[in-house]
Amino acid sequence: MVHFTAEEKAAITSLWGKVNVEEAGGEALGRLLVVYPWTQRFFDNFGNLSSTSAIMGNPKVKAHGKKVLTSFGDAIKNMDNLKGAFAKLSELHCDKLHVDPENFRLLGNVLVCVLAHHFGHEFNPQVQAAFQKVVAGVANALAHKYH
Amino acid sequence: MSLTKAEKAIILSMWGKISTQADAIGTQALERLFASYPQTKTYFPHFDLRPGSAHLRTHGAKVAAALGDAVRSIDNIAGALSKLSEMHAYVLRVDPVNFKLLSHCLLVTVASHFPADFTADAHTAWDKFLSIVSCVLTEKYR
Repeated sequence: MVHFTAEEKAAITSLWGKVNVEEAGGEALGRLLVVYPWTQRFFDNFGNLSSTSAIMGNPKVKAHGKKVLTSFGDAIKNMDNLKGAFAKLSELHCDKLHVDPENFRLLGNVLVCVLAHHFGHEFNPQVQAAFQKVVAGVANALAHKYH
Repeated sequence: MSLTKAEKAIILSMWGKISTQADAIGTQALERLFASYPQTKTYFPHFDLRPGSAHLRTHGAKVAAALGDAVRSIDNIAGALSKLSEMHAYVLRVDPVNFKLLSHCLLVTVASHFPADFTADAHTAWDKFLSIVSCVLTEKYR
């Protein structure tokens, strides 16, 4: 189980408070689909994903990105019990969505890149390290109920 | 996997800016690597890895210089990094999983330093470029 120090929790909560979840969500999901095009396999019904600008401007991508990142925000409120917090979502991703958990790791790292891009030097090595723990914890929690 | 013409152009153009701070970028990428993935420190028991250390700065500069070599020979990265590839295979023997970790930290460092340039297309180009470099460095492992 992931354990967060008080400093890590403070760094994470403080930065997250400044994140525009709608914008960052769209950016993160969009970049996932651009940088790792095979991830588009889960989004056949999203319409036009034929170019970078189509993907980044796609309203379904933005809406879904917002949904995903809002859920991620819930993780930040439950850092001490990520497995519990994501149990239902884990079952959903396995049984209904059939998503390979590797995709959670990819999205987590894309999110880290988006945060670095947005926050620049404020996203220093220590803040990054804390966020890497969160994204790894979320990825593991989402994979936990797979069978 | 190979770079498109457009991706090569992005890398070359961004390298022009990156090269003016190449040492700092290389050093910060290593700092991020050791902070986020402490197990990578096991390859450097002989180094002082505290942020700002001379060891870190020297090694960061070496990493950046190698990337510069790869950029300048972007059509023949395997040729440019051949000696380095042998060194990693026979001497250093860094487990291949770690190249992904350092690549990610290089990406994060570039993203945080060059916000205007780190578009989704640039993100793709750099991710691919670093993947190719990683492949070259591990291709002689066995």
